[in-house]
Order: sequence, then structure tokens, then C-alpha cells
Amino acid sequence: MTDPREPSPGAGERRASARLSVVGLIGELLITAGVLVALFLGWQLWWNNVVSSSAQERAATSQSERWLEQARAEPDASGQAPAPSDNPNAGGTTGGTVSTDPPVMKPAGLYQPFAVIYVPRFGDEWRRVVKEGVSAPHVLNSEHSGIGHYPGTQMPGQVGNFAIAGHVNGYGNAFIDMSKLRLGDRIYIQTSQGWYTYRFRDYEYVQPDAVAVLLPVPREPSTAPEDRLITMTTCNPPFHSGERLVAYGVFESYQPLTAGAPAEIAAHVAAVGG
Amino acid sequence: MYAALWRVLPGPVWVRILILIVLAALVLFALVTWVFPWVDSMIATQEDTVSV
Repeated sequence: MTDPREPSPGAGERRASARLSVVGLIGELLITAGVLVALFLGWQLWWNNVVSSSAQERAATSQSERWLEQARAEPDASGQAPAPSDNPNAGGTTGGTVSTDPPVMKPAGLYQPFAVIYVPRFGDEWRRVVKEGVSAPHVLNSEHSGIGHYPGTQMPGQVGNFAIAGHVNGYGNAFIDMSKLRLGDRIYIQTSQGWYTYRFRDYEYVQPDAVAVLLPVPREPSTAPEDRLITMTTCNPPFHSGERLVAYGVFESYQPLTAGAPAEIAAHVAAVGG
Repeated sequence: MYAALWRVLPGPVWVRILILIVLAALVLFALVTWVFPWVDSMIATQEDTVSV
């Protein structure tokens, strides 16, 4: 009954099952690819920010504590920067009074941490180490920083423009709440010597190539600077790179670390402070 | 693919499930530690600085 020229029923099944397994393999690969993309999005939009944000806040807290401990160990160091010999009254800043003529530190080396920024509007726990340079892998994405200082712009308290950058989302979401600032909100910059207090002034939405916002007088290349400004740039809108959001602040006061943290943040600054 | 993986795993069902959980955890660790940061740096969605 069986024709030897006919392929055996088993061979046909094998061919059919081979086709099926190829289709099945492609299907499994596609499902795997879909799961990988979903995992990547979950990592990029959520998990990486949770991890980076807490690491950056821990790094900022320990940096802040180190400077406060140094200031308590050698309280005289705070008075060296402003050259008190020029002005007999400037010696008073060492004793802990608030000053409007702050000492200015030398520019930091590339990728060196030189400040910690506190912005109460961003939350009681929010703080970041500021490093020199705005490189994504070395500074903005770093678990030890998150905010970078534009090289060549002024240092904290200096006449001109102290310009910094941070992510609005991704790698710790440093500036995720930048658009929530209100007029007069304080921005505190702690260095190894003291606290520089700035107050938020206004926003500007600009194109990504608007480097003029970093000038000593933003947007005014030929004007000599008289004010001490802070400029913060981040991405706008979130999850997109079409524009930049720029927030400007104006210097208000300086006090040495030995005078204790500014009252508004004193309770949230490292426990060893004050 | 996954059926074949299931077949080559040794032991009773609960051992195979345990091995798969460990394998999945290792894969996830490798993705989060090396693959995802690399992919992210390739697509460069984060541009926060002004520059020319």
C-alpha cells in the first residue's frame, strides 16, 4: 500500500515543524526585542534616575560635610580669600557676619568639584555637587555630580555670570523642577570657604546655540558687568532637546562657613553644620 | 529558542525555574550596567547645555 516514491508522512511533518520553528524563532526574537526596548525605557525614564539622584545627593551631602568639618577644624581659613589687608572692615567676615562683597575663588581644574548647590524650592533633600566642565559622561551624568560649571564663565560671587548646567531628566534629573522656581527663591552655593546666596530673577527660553546667555552680562556682549549673576541652563521641553530653559539669579549675600549655614537651609544641611 | 533552553536545563521543574530566575537577573544586571548606558550614550537624547 505504501508507495516508496512518496515522502513518508514523518518527513512532511518534519518540514512543517521546521517551518513552524523558524517562524516561532522569529516570533520569540521579536518578543525579546520588544521586552528589551521596554526595559530600556523603564531604565532610562525611571530606574536610572532613582539610582543616580540618590547617589548624587549622597555625594553632595558628604562633600558639604567635609567642607564644614574643615572649616570647624581651621576656622581662620575662611578669612584668607578676601585679602583683608586692603579693607580693615573685611576682617569682620571671618567672625561670621554676612557680607555683600564676597571672596572669589580661583577657577577650578577641569572635572574638579568646587561647590555644592542647594535650592530649597527643589526639595529639602535636593543638593548637588558642582564640578568644573559640562561634559555629559564626566559631570552631568556622573553619580558624584549632576551639575557642571561652564568653563570660562565666572566663579561664585564674582562680578559677571556664574553659569551652570544640569539635566532636566535623565541621570538624576538634577534640574527637573527648574520651571517651578518663583521670583525671589534662594539658590545657595556652598564652597570650601562659604555660602553664596543668590535669588531667582527670571527665565528665558532660548535656542540650543544661544551661548550669549553665558556672557558676563547675558545677551549683552559689549556691556561691562556690574552685577553678580547666576545662570542655570537645562533642556526644554523635558524628554526633548529642542530648546533650552535658562534661569537667572542675582547675588544677595555671602557668609563664611564658620558663620553657619543660611537659616533657610540650616536644618537640612549636613548634621555636622552650624 | 526558549523551548530549547527549557529542554537543556537540568533537574526538576523548580530547579529549572530557579536557574531561569538567576539567568534573568544576570541578564538584567548586564543590561543596566553596561548595555543601557552605552545605548543611551549612542542616542544622546540629553542635551542640556548651550553651545554652538
